[in-house]
Amino acid sequence: MSTATLEGTSSAAPEVPSFTVTLIVRRYDPDVDAEPYWQDFDLQMYGTDRVLDALHKIKWEVDGSLSFRRSCAHGVCGSDAMRINGRNRLACKTLLKDLDISKPIYVEAIKGLPLEKDLIVNMDPFFESFKAVQPFLIASSKPDKERLQSVAQRERFDDTTKCILCAACTSSCPVFWTDGQYFGPAAIVNAHRFIFDSRDEGAQVRLDILNDKEGVWRCRTTFNCTDACPRGIEVTKAISEVKQAILKGNPNKVDIVLG
Amino acid sequence: MTTTIPAPRTSYTPPKRRRVNWEKWGWLYMRVSGLFLVVLIFGHLFVNLVAGNGVRAIDFAFVAGKWADPFWVVWDTLLLWLALIHGANGMRTITNDYAHNPLLRRLILLAILASTVVLLVLGTLVIYTFDPCPANAVAGSLPDFCPVK
Repeated sequence: MSTATLEGTSSAAPEVPSFTVTLIVRRYDPDVDAEPYWQDFDLQMYGTDRVLDALHKIKWEVDGSLSFRRSCAHGVCGSDAMRINGRNRLACKTLLKDLDISKPIYVEAIKGLPLEKDLIVNMDPFFESFKAVQPFLIASSKPDKERLQSVAQRERFDDTTKCILCAACTSSCPVFWTDGQYFGPAAIVNAHRFIFDSRDEGAQVRLDILNDKEGVWRCRTTFNCTDACPRGIEVTKAISEVKQAILKGNPNKVDIVLG
Repeated sequence: MTTTIPAPRTSYTPPKRRRVNWEKWGWLYMRVSGLFLVVLIFGHLFVNLVAGNGVRAIDFAFVAGKWADPFWVVWDTLLLWLALIHGANGMRTITNDYAHNPLLRRLILLAILASTVVLLVLGTLVIYTFDPCPANAVAGSLPDFCPVK
């Protein structure tokens, strides 16, 4: 460990390893291309770089026409979910050195949503399902101060409050790929966040919406969503808890999860 | 070939309320019947293939002997109904997931339903009308354990 010492011995930061990596990006420009195609880029990158840095390097130094979404670039805004080597990841949270850089890295847009350009998809269907589960507090009381909640009551739905709506889970779901009408994991996670909130009174409405042909019963527990979630939400578990709540008719009766 | 997604932008409309929620009960049936089938199938395999003389014991007389016992008649009936409906419901689920063409999906679902009903009726008929020594059989065509008249 090279920590700064009192004597001030100038210890330069250790050299960051540098390597050449091949990125193969699935390109598509609706004005020019009839079909998407794969394009190779050889880049000189560093051990501290993420996939997003590689995409920036392409856009800023090689080909300015490359299109992708990103905003905060630190895993909070949920803009840059993409399929990296066949798995849905946030480009800003995936270090190049954690991938197998001896082979090319494949980067493409998330699946199941209409492709608009390069790595950008139309997110409208995703947000339509999100809106349909009424993701807001429904409460009849109008207290003068805040609505009180115990630590345990808050803990009950803590996991599903972490969602950043990046669509990595929904677009990793094989059922969603073939059936665009399925609500998808993200909508169910956000319904779970309110169904199990002690302050909320709209649980039954949301359970009725999800107790539908395109609701939770379409889930095949493939765990793709849990693997894809950049926030580590146990998505499949949340879906199972919603299933249990529907079967028991009351979220307060759900204790253990059968899966 | 490009994959086209059928109208994903249509906004959410409340589902038509049907009296029976087939998706929910179908999901529950798969779990409950699955538990029973673990016991029924492995019991069936053990008795037929391992216990006693093992697989060499299976012949016409072995089956006739089993169905002379009401215990195995009930066992095999349960096995037939639970397993066939379990399998058919699984096929229905896969069809709903992957058959895009509405007409094709309807045809496949109807074919699954028809074959399941036919197999259930035939299987149940065999279990309950099985008689190893029918009264008016041609002489010499009966197995040797039948009583000689």
